[in-house]
Amino acid sequence: MQTINLAADCDQAFMDAVARESGQDLKSCYQCGNCTAGCAYSQDYDIPVHQIMRLVQLGQKERVLSCRSIWLCATCQACTTRCPNNIEVATVMDVLRHMARRAGKAPERLVKSFTDGFLASVARHGRVFEAGLAAVFALKSGKPLQDAGLGPAMLTRGKLAFLPHQPGGRGKEEVAEIFARFENRTDAAPAKKTGEDAQ
Amino acid sequence: MKATLGYYPGCSQSGTAAEYDISTRACCKALGIGLTDVPDWTCCGSTPAHTVDHHLSGALAARNLLQAEAAGLDRVATPCPSCLAALKTADARLADETYRAEVERLLGRPGPGPVECVSVLQVLYEQVGAGGIQKHVKRPLAGLRVAPYYGCIMNRPPGLMLFDDPENPVAMDEILAACGATIVDFPFKTECCGAAFGMPRLDMLQRLSARILDMAQSCGADCVVVACPLCQMNLDLRRGQVNAASGQDIRMPVPYFTQLLGLALGLPEADLRLDKLVLPLAPALEAAHLREQACERAREAGHAAKTTGGKPDGAPAKEDASCA
Repeated sequence: MQTINLAADCDQAFMDAVARESGQDLKSCYQCGNCTAGCAYSQDYDIPVHQIMRLVQLGQKERVLSCRSIWLCATCQACTTRCPNNIEVATVMDVLRHMARRAGKAPERLVKSFTDGFLASVARHGRVFEAGLAAVFALKSGKPLQDAGLGPAMLTRGKLAFLPHQPGGRGKEEVAEIFARFENRTDAAPAKKTGEDAQ
Repeated sequence: MKATLGYYPGCSQSGTAAEYDISTRACCKALGIGLTDVPDWTCCGSTPAHTVDHHLSGALAARNLLQAEAAGLDRVATPCPSCLAALKTADARLADETYRAEVERLLGRPGPGPVECVSVLQVLYEQVGAGGIQKHVKRPLAGLRVAPYYGCIMNRPPGLMLFDDPENPVAMDEILAACGATIVDFPFKTECCGAAFGMPRLDMLQRLSARILDMAQSCGADCVVVACPLCQMNLDLRRGQVNAASGQDIRMPVPYFTQLLGLALGLPEADLRLDKLVLPLAPALEAAHLREQACERAREAGHAAKTTGGKPDGAPAKEDASCA
């Protein structure tokens, strides 16, 4: 059990930022626990989602942005669907993940690596190049053989394209331009700046 | 005011889920729904984009809405729930001026006006309907027991998706019932399969996908029917990994609902591409055929002597209802 010093650690600016970026009325959460009850990932979380909501209400920035849970949320929307106060809980989790990225935190390194790899593939090809993404991830993840067994089934069923499926017109360039403008933003968490996203 | 229906295939449907795209196009054609591809479409951003930044996800999706708008398509259908969520979310958020301004900066041009985005499932359910589909059925899926699995986001969050029930959706149930299939009462219709965690956290995916397959088996289903390429990949392609973790050996196939619909409509294999499924559908169809024959015999025996109440050979008692 951890002790929280509410007087010393309460970060009002953090609470305001989460409310503003998510567009949600965080005060209306009264800790019914419906979100946690319906969350498929509760057993993988280090902090259950209703407690994350409470910690945000208490301005506990460091604890919230350092937790694993925000990286393991699949945005399945069960929490948002079942919240009796109509809080978009999944949107709050999304915003916390954005903030953790900007703060340079990623305790679930492989989740971040997969996301970055996916977006790097889109930035490069305009569409996701599935085989390329899988190959790059396999090399970077440190478990290169995890999905090797899927290869034969994919090959025999023509599911493994060795060349990217690219848009025919200006689409590829336009998507690259979107990423370039995004990365030039001052507060952006760029998809390409870190070494692990260079592909 | 009949709008031209745009079609956004999505990346998966151009690769690992090609059979979903092929069977979707074939079913729509057979049922008289014209689809016009969004020209030069690009990735919607899917889950990875929104987990990084909401303006980035908005811009990636909005580029496709602009493409649709330029082609005169004010209504766009997509088979993939993740694409649908990305397109609908962008369309909804663009109503906010501050949000729109930043998305337009990323786009480098004015953003799109409102575009109505719908799932192919919704189009089939609302435009053709179960009754309309039933009239086109040439090969009923008689005896086939199906567990309709909608996945997380086809209907959620309800305020955004605005289609069917978020906890107990029925559109796919009714379409498959119209095809002659028997719908099992499946309580995990909207439970998460592990989503895109297959590569980074396979352990979570194994646990969640195993749960869904185990439930479908407990419900006596011959197959789990899906409407999402990621659900399909997790439950079918990753079956070996899922079975290895759960210690089970579940062989149940996982076809797309459009493949079963196409089968019932009498479409040829080239339009269904059942050969692309990792777990073959044939054993399930064979089981359904045998069950149907047994039911037929039971019905005949019932006519001959109502008091004997003979149970069909090899069919569990709980399946008697499908013989009615």
